[in-house]
Amino acid sequence: MKIFDIAKQSVRDVNRALHDLTPDTNETHWRIINSSGEHSIAVGVDAPVDIEIEGHVGYFCGGMNKLASISISGNAGQGVGENMMSGHIHVKGDASQSAGATARGGLLVIDGNASARCGISMKGADIIVKGDIGHMSAFMGQTGRLVAFGDAGEALGDSLYEARLYVRGSVASLGADCIEKEMRDEHRAELFELLTQAGEAGALDISAFRRYGSARELYTFNIDNAGAY
Amino acid sequence: MCGIAGLFLKDRQLEPDLGGMLEAMTATLCSRGPDSAGFAIYGEGSSGQSKLTVRVPGAATDSETIIGRMASALGMDVEVSRRDTHLVLTAPTDAMPKIRAWLDQNVPEITIVSEGTRMEVYKGIGYPTDVASRFGLATMGGTHGICHTRMATESAITIDGAHPFTTGADQCLVHNGSISNHASLRRSLLQDGIPVRTLNDSEVAAGYLSREMRAGRSLGEALESGLSDLDGFYTFVVGTESGFGVLRDPIACKPAVMAETDRYVAFASEYKSLTGLPGIDNARVWEPKPATVYFWER
Repeated sequence: MKIFDIAKQSVRDVNRALHDLTPDTNETHWRIINSSGEHSIAVGVDAPVDIEIEGHVGYFCGGMNKLASISISGNAGQGVGENMMSGHIHVKGDASQSAGATARGGLLVIDGNASARCGISMKGADIIVKGDIGHMSAFMGQTGRLVAFGDAGEALGDSLYEARLYVRGSVASLGADCIEKEMRDEHRAELFELLTQAGEAGALDISAFRRYGSARELYTFNIDNAGAY
Repeated sequence: MCGIAGLFLKDRQLEPDLGGMLEAMTATLCSRGPDSAGFAIYGEGSSGQSKLTVRVPGAATDSETIIGRMASALGMDVEVSRRDTHLVLTAPTDAMPKIRAWLDQNVPEITIVSEGTRMEVYKGIGYPTDVASRFGLATMGGTHGICHTRMATESAITIDGAHPFTTGADQCLVHNGSISNHASLRRSLLQDGIPVRTLNDSEVAAGYLSREMRAGRSLGEALESGLSDLDGFYTFVVGTESGFGVLRDPIACKPAVMAETDRYVAFASEYKSLTGLPGIDNARVWEPKPATVYFWER
């Protein structure tokens, strides 16, 4: 196992070493200690390795991640896993705003709460938050799934495209063009599969979740407006 | 950008270290605001006495003489202590209007920075760690304090544009964000007799709170009404004689993180600033909610 100590090495050094990894690397297990809220830790990794970060992290941790499995023992600052392409990011504490922003693939699991704009403009990733999600979560979400075990803040799913949202707790308010939708068997199966990935299948009552999605009535959904773009 | 750090101590044993802890917090915020910095420190005070913090022109070494001349002209004792370009004048509270008037009339090159029974405000241009060491921030004790590192956006890099801004005796405000309707608000504040000296949007926010409180509102109520009257994005930290408060706009795009233990409540723009605080690993760490007024008082 490789160990990096952010108290002694710069984030740039750590990231450079991670960027040098090739897909067939034998160095598959990395530990980063004393992260101390530093920004941009483990950004842009493109190798199937496990990265354990001990401590809290600052902005953009695991951004653009491809293939790597990253765990963070503490809280994550803004934009954890932003634009993730694939792989897995696990935040054991809370996440600040814009968690998983624009993420195109992979799985982001947050054990605590996520604050505002969780999954903003998500484009294919799956995001599972075991606590609450803040206001304007999944704003303009295009594809992918967002699951919250707790409550959602105001304006959930505003201007949503095709991202699918599952919330177990209360929803403070729905954003423009976001509506509650029927939970059919296919959705229960989808949710079960997501909970399985998060290691929570069987622990939760699937029927306690409600599904939200786009009503597809905004200007952008009207074919007569296609010429405007 | 801009960076804010605030610390409110519950444990009196930490009070001598307030400035040192704040200095360490400020050092982590230099990249968020490299052009100027300022601090409000709530230190010692005695009843009936107030402290007027004034800024003197950099080269002036005879400022103490000028203050001595003022004291004899006004027939009162004025205690003076200096920190770099700032002097703290301590005198009876009821003499403060006379002192202000004398300074305005006789030495217009001296700028009044703050007034209060316990609050002292220091601000300067330069890299925040340099500004902190010029003023000897690490040597200041107190119950609570607020630091700001500025990246100028809405107005020029001047000392007057640096934060904190005072909103009244023992009251100050620091701001991260940008107020869009500051021009029209400034006009209305000036019409209402609230002095706004700079083109800075944050000073307008401070002036707005002053006006609301002058109309009888509490600081909490003034912050609440700001949610509808201030158009823009902001995280405010306000200091009062007895504590500090935090408010984020309803969108809350400017960062804020807080930590609380039995010994202190701390605010920072980034978690990084909190990592040096005692017992931080076991502190309760959270983000203040948008459009919600938080207040801690002793």
